[in-house]
Amino acid sequence: MPFYSEKVMDHFQNPRNVGEIKDADGVGEVGNPVCGDMMTFYVKVKDNVLEDVKFKTFGCGAAIAVSSMVAEMAKGKTVDEAMKITNDLVAKELGGLPPNKMHCSNLGADALHKAIEDYSKKHGK
Amino acid sequence: MKEIYLDNQANTKISERVFNEMLPFLRENYGNAQSMHTLGARSKDAIENARKQAAALVGANEQEIYFTSCGSEANNLAIKGVAEANSAKAKHIVVSSVEHFSVLYSARRLSQAGFEVTYLPVDKYGMVSPSDVEKALRPDTAIVSIQHANTEIGTIQNIPEISRIVRAKKIPFHCDAVASAGQIPVDVNALGADLLTFSGAQFYGPRGAAALYVRKGARIIPQIDGGIQENGRRAGTENVPAIVGFGKACELAKNEMEQNSKKTAAIRDRIITELPKKIEYIYLNGHPTARLPNNVNFSVEFVEGEAMMLFLDQKGICVSSGSACASKALKMSHVLSAIKIDAAVAQGSILMSLSKYNSTDDADYVLNEFPAIVKKLRDMSPLYNYFQKTGKRQEAGPGTDYDHHHDHEEQE
Repeated sequence: MPFYSEKVMDHFQNPRNVGEIKDADGVGEVGNPVCGDMMTFYVKVKDNVLEDVKFKTFGCGAAIAVSSMVAEMAKGKTVDEAMKITNDLVAKELGGLPPNKMHCSNLGADALHKAIEDYSKKHGK
Repeated sequence: MKEIYLDNQANTKISERVFNEMLPFLRENYGNAQSMHTLGARSKDAIENARKQAAALVGANEQEIYFTSCGSEANNLAIKGVAEANSAKAKHIVVSSVEHFSVLYSARRLSQAGFEVTYLPVDKYGMVSPSDVEKALRPDTAIVSIQHANTEIGTIQNIPEISRIVRAKKIPFHCDAVASAGQIPVDVNALGADLLTFSGAQFYGPRGAAALYVRKGARIIPQIDGGIQENGRRAGTENVPAIVGFGKACELAKNEMEQNSKKTAAIRDRIITELPKKIEYIYLNGHPTARLPNNVNFSVEFVEGEAMMLFLDQKGICVSSGSACASKALKMSHVLSAIKIDAAVAQGSILMSLSKYNSTDDADYVLNEFPAIVKKLRDMSPLYNYFQKTGKRQEAGPGTDYDHHHDHEEQE
């Protein structure tokens, strides 16, 4: 059995929503290069809906696939809905992650939530 | 799709000649080497022939060669066996910090049994300083173990100098030559080793057989108790086919090593020279000249090693990485830590270890495919983004502490 699921490999090789939003409403950064993974999430919010979500990630295959999946799941959701995206949900959507890579899914959801919190803070919500 | 195997430090492809030599011992010659009948004698003779072949590769007497199941077992036997034999008066062990885990964890096990362990530092190239060895020696030092070459960064130690210092104090000296045997000359007398580990899986032999050279007169306690195999120093029914294959691999290595190493060194040098011309911000790990002919190890800044490894694999290129994410324990390679390269940069390490089956075409294919992979990953890297905008490296923050990092600590 390969180390990663087909879905993980697909998102790793063809990550969706990679990039930066220049006039982002919120930015969230988690991780640390020393640990081997770091993610920056950018959100653009309109009428309380995540109109655009983009990311930049330094990390392993799982970290990149998780970033891609989180961005895909969050896009089009309301702020409240997006805050409910959990690590487990992300891992499940990816067809599972190896046990020692589960923390990558934590990172993805954390980075998204941090970006949304940044937006909320800036907009006094 | 292409299949370019550059992970020969993990295992080499078995030579056809080795394989053919082994076949009769997997089929018709199945006798137990300890049995007194004709079939038993056939196996016994084959083992003794392999012992001669193995001894010849390292310049030893055949009575000084003990077969084991793998390099790790031989390292365990050397460290624990000699420490135990000397434990009445000696309670101290010296190893380098870049040894294989089978040496480091044997030392750690002994430290739990009351031994003190000195872990010698290395310089930025991974070199152990002979004067550090000298300073570490004590009247109660039981054994010193320093590798001949490092499997990961390829650095070749100054073993003759180190062993001269150790043996002048009548302390047993063990050398782990798993990475070097079959690649460069390994001679127990030239190296001044009292014990020396080598394994055929690194030079076109099968897995399942390796050897520990033990100089005549050295005291060592067996670590596997049972029958009288291997002159009572290593019990257990002999793995005859693997030992026969190991012997043949040693014979071939003795005759063909020079030619093979010339070939791998040319490929190594081509990659080491050309890759930095095609990819910016990459750094060679290991010694520039005192280096195994088959070793290439680069750190590629702003990207992570496992991600590069996966993309290279998609192109049919098999390599390995010393990054934390590429290890099942989520810990950065202890060798890269020991040479003190920046932890963020170390995450982008890629190890390519070559064999005689590789060609300069393989090198060209790597040189052709690798830059686009690095570009793709850098384009999505926040570290590279920051560097491009500011010209500065992003300072490492407090980081994210994953509790389960520690859960995996023991499983390397």
